[in-house]
Amino acid sequence: MATERYMVMDVALCHDCNNCFMACTDEHADNDWAPYQAPMPWHGHRWMDILRHERGENDRIDVAFLAKPCFQCGDSAPCAKAAGGAVKTRGDGIVEIYLDAAKGKDLTKDCPYGSIWWNEEAQLPQKCDFCAHLLDNPSWEHGVPRCVHSCPTGALKFYTEEPAAFAKRVEAEGLSAYKPMDGATPHVWYKNLHRFTKNFVTGGVLRGYDWAEGVEVTLEGAGVKQTQKTTAFGEYKFDGLEDGDYTLTAEGKTLATVSLKGASVDAGDATL
Amino acid sequence: MPEEKKLVKKTQLTTGGPCWVYVDEEENKIVRVTPIDLTDEDAPSWSIEARGKTFTPPRKSTMTPVTAASKSIVHSEKRLLYPLKRIGFDPKGERNEELRGEPQHSPNEDPKYPGYERISWDEALNIVCDEIRYCKREVGPASIVIEPSSHHLWGFINYRHSVVFRFMNAIGATYGDHNPDSWEGWHWGAVHMWGYSGRLGIHEQTDGFVDCIQNCEMIVWWSSDPETNNGIYGAFESTVRRQWLQELGVKFVFIDPFYNHTNALFGGKWLSPQLGTDAALAAAIAYVWLQEGTYDKEFVATHTFGFEEWTKYILGESDGVPKTPEWAAEECRLKAADIRALAREWAKHKTMLAAGGKGGWGGACRSAVGMDWTRMMIALITMQGIGKPGVNLYTTTEGAPVDSDFYFPGYADGGCCGDPENSAAGAVWQSRMFAHNTGNHSLVSNLSTGSGAHIPRLRVPECILDDYTEWSGRGFVGAAIEQQFHRYHWPADGYPRMHLYYKYGGPHIGTMGETNRYAKMYRTKRLPMVVSQSVWFEGEVPFADVILPACTNFERWDVSEWASNSGYNPDSHNQANHRFIVFQEKCIEPLGESMSDYHIFWEICKRLGVGDVYSDGKDILDWCEAAYNVSDMPQKLSWEEFKKKKYYIVPVDGKAPDAPPFRWFYEDRPQDTRGWISHFRPGDLLEMKGLQTQSGKIEFVSNSLKRFGHYDTDDKERPLMPMYLESWEGHHTERFKTYPLAVVAPHPRFSFHTMGDGKNSFLNDIKDHRVLVDGHYYWIFRMNAADAEERGIQDGDLIRAYNERGSVIFCAQVTKRLPKGTCHCYESSAEYNPVGKPGESDDKGGCINILTPGRFLSKYACGMATEHTLVQVEKYAG
Repeated sequence: MATERYMVMDVALCHDCNNCFMACTDEHADNDWAPYQAPMPWHGHRWMDILRHERGENDRIDVAFLAKPCFQCGDSAPCAKAAGGAVKTRGDGIVEIYLDAAKGKDLTKDCPYGSIWWNEEAQLPQKCDFCAHLLDNPSWEHGVPRCVHSCPTGALKFYTEEPAAFAKRVEAEGLSAYKPMDGATPHVWYKNLHRFTKNFVTGGVLRGYDWAEGVEVTLEGAGVKQTQKTTAFGEYKFDGLEDGDYTLTAEGKTLATVSLKGASVDAGDATL
Repeated sequence: MPEEKKLVKKTQLTTGGPCWVYVDEEENKIVRVTPIDLTDEDAPSWSIEARGKTFTPPRKSTMTPVTAASKSIVHSEKRLLYPLKRIGFDPKGERNEELRGEPQHSPNEDPKYPGYERISWDEALNIVCDEIRYCKREVGPASIVIEPSSHHLWGFINYRHSVVFRFMNAIGATYGDHNPDSWEGWHWGAVHMWGYSGRLGIHEQTDGFVDCIQNCEMIVWWSSDPETNNGIYGAFESTVRRQWLQELGVKFVFIDPFYNHTNALFGGKWLSPQLGTDAALAAAIAYVWLQEGTYDKEFVATHTFGFEEWTKYILGESDGVPKTPEWAAEECRLKAADIRALAREWAKHKTMLAAGGKGGWGGACRSAVGMDWTRMMIALITMQGIGKPGVNLYTTTEGAPVDSDFYFPGYADGGCCGDPENSAAGAVWQSRMFAHNTGNHSLVSNLSTGSGAHIPRLRVPECILDDYTEWSGRGFVGAAIEQQFHRYHWPADGYPRMHLYYKYGGPHIGTMGETNRYAKMYRTKRLPMVVSQSVWFEGEVPFADVILPACTNFERWDVSEWASNSGYNPDSHNQANHRFIVFQEKCIEPLGESMSDYHIFWEICKRLGVGDVYSDGKDILDWCEAAYNVSDMPQKLSWEEFKKKKYYIVPVDGKAPDAPPFRWFYEDRPQDTRGWISHFRPGDLLEMKGLQTQSGKIEFVSNSLKRFGHYDTDDKERPLMPMYLESWEGHHTERFKTYPLAVVAPHPRFSFHTMGDGKNSFLNDIKDHRVLVDGHYYWIFRMNAADAEERGIQDGDLIRAYNERGSVIFCAQVTKRLPKGTCHCYESSAEYNPVGKPGESDDKGGCINILTPGRFLSKYACGMATEHTLVQVEKYAG
């Protein structure tokens, strides 16, 4: 079985330094990598697009970033269907736009993730191809795309392995695809994606005038029941929750009832 | 394809890390810039045993996004490609000085540079040289003022302390002195509490990390965001250190008006005190410790001076206001329970205080309350016994366990000039580089000295526009604590006014305070001529009469070490996980007709008959070789071998035993921390022990301020003790009624000062840096949803922020990362784009510093205070 190319991004390790976006632009703007890629315009394209997501309320918030390249979804992707042969998946899973065949075909609306960009000057649709021109070049000793090579936190990783091995990795590391389409075979996966796609309930527990540390708080609702202990600042934070109604209790007392509707909630401070 | 053309790999070094540069030599073009992966040929990395685990850093350099965008900065369409003369400027006739900054038009106008016509190098140099001759013969010494930017493009030989000073001293010019703009509160405040004037008020950080990872249980990050500021030059080298600490369960608490990027990456409790009230929060923490007896009483009794008097202030015995958590909660707009919990957690754990962006530097120290905040930070960590294992003022950005005894110079050491008055050359460098038989000759000044004349950068406008201007302290004022009190004025006694302003780079409007002053200073006949030597057509450069195009570091040779500035920031190479000594290769030929700074200065000197004096018979590469050969490097590699290898990693096998910061003080021993500066001023100490203060101890009541004597009369903003004073740019002022939004304006994340910003670089496209609206890239202003809604502002709207100092157009970013009433806007826009008259109209470039204060910290503490400003904001109608 042949190896394929996979990118994995850990949302919890990204702080939006933008080195991936800069390295991608550095590699492609004003550089002609035909037959792989025509030069990317100096401005305006985000083949590596970094999304920001803030959650929470008041002083109980968090912020996460998701680096979004083309997911290399395979031949069932809408872009491939719309391209009439100009978009094809290679044996290693990389989805390539063929320059001659794609000339004049604006495929930007055919990607549900907004990962295809229009190059007006070249009259070409363009997108990330995992720096295939480098991966195919033995003198590029790093064996990974530019974005991965420039990532300083370890948030971006790159694997060349058999699909079965990668499937095991998905299982072992708890990886998810971002908004996967039916029948697609994405080659970009995420760790800690809940920071982007799910919500939390947080709050504080006081005893008298001071925060109560080590108090067991229980969250129950929407089919889940979880328990955790408060921090030295009296705080609890239940993450990865789906929308629904939740009740928070401690020491037999109801601290708060909250309703999650697509956003994280600070349930406020309760006194025991 | 170019890959088959055989791209040539060359090395360079930047403010944001070393890099491989892939060059297409045929096209004279940079193709890509990458970090450097170490190989087996390079020295092994250090490793640390801590809590049952072994930690060793990645075998690869990191880089900042600015460095990653280098190609677009070098090949920018804003590059100056040939000399220019301002239309309307006739050196021999009408100069139209008052029209500077307002492009005039003529048939000769260059379409690339509005308001300018292209001239030859010959014509440009003749105009400049004629004016220098006129200044020296007709006006008098000190009438030529040369003033570079804080951070030049990286290099040792080509840095401002080197080539600019060599030129300045060769032609006889006066220096526009720099202030320690990122250290102000430490420098003007903390030195009066614990000395360290030679380190700008911050103690050594050497070997700090080993102690931290082995012993520390909690870190309080106070006005500290290393993921944004990188410890200045260390790129993301310290990120992995924080990841290890988190892996070991070290607790993090963040105190910052903004939910900063380090907080976002690592989580941890966030406290956002109202702007300017950090010292109140600190006082309340001390109050809890005093009440509960949870501080190191023995250390305080034996190692401090004046603690009892300060205790009376904290407890309210001397002023009737006990600094309780409830009192502070109201002042800071925090929860009292949070303050008590923080104080107790801190006392319960071995805690390090990360105050500022490295050891000190950046953040609240640059604000109106900088001197109170820094001294309060020292007070708190002193109460917990600074220097004992796991307890220190330390930020993880420095103190990697590298071998600091291996000598290689840093940029402040003075390079090819060796000027001991205006660089750190006198300590070590001069005796090596310019020793007998080296064949090298230093070039010193009799003008830019303490006995000559100088101008402080912060008062250049007043020195031009006013008849008389005065201030305290010269430049970085590192010589002695008391040097801060020396009074100076302009014009200096017996010297003339400024006639020729030779500006090197153009960032003032983006980086100083109340900066419409700088736009206005150019537009007057009181300043007869302005030369700008610059790489890009940006900022204040388009005010100059003659523009000389310089090239970047990618277009000339150099040799230097990563993150090493030396001088007042000694041993700062330990920001990086490996000591990288780099051959900075000339990657491409200078673009257009641009030249290296060294060569521009050389051409001027040749015309003035001092070419050989300036060059000492050497070109840049000759100076690089000379510098290399007097460092410790030849013991490892010859110059020829080094040029082939291109970089060198200093091994750690010769490293001296660990000597953590302040451990010697805690244990009453002579200072044993490593590195070249530790012992070079024995005269500051008694019997080589103790601190530089009069008592040799940490002074809660300052002897130096008491002797100076103005603390109770006209310098009340710098009291004898660390205290909470209401900010003069804060919510207790009258101005707050008109300008009710408090803006924190820290050093930027996606440019290095103004470096990399604007100039059509790739950085413009970073979503959190600038936003493209109707064809213009606007700078970002962050605000809370409630503040935005009150003003009818939505995320992405253009807004106008203004106060009595000026008005700036930004793009609004509505965020949860700020409490109501507090806004956030990075300083250091490289762009200055007035929509009308320069200095008097809205700026579309995004210079928040137009709105920040231009005044000094206090009357005699002549540092800047631009971190906080009060403004009002409205939706921009256009």
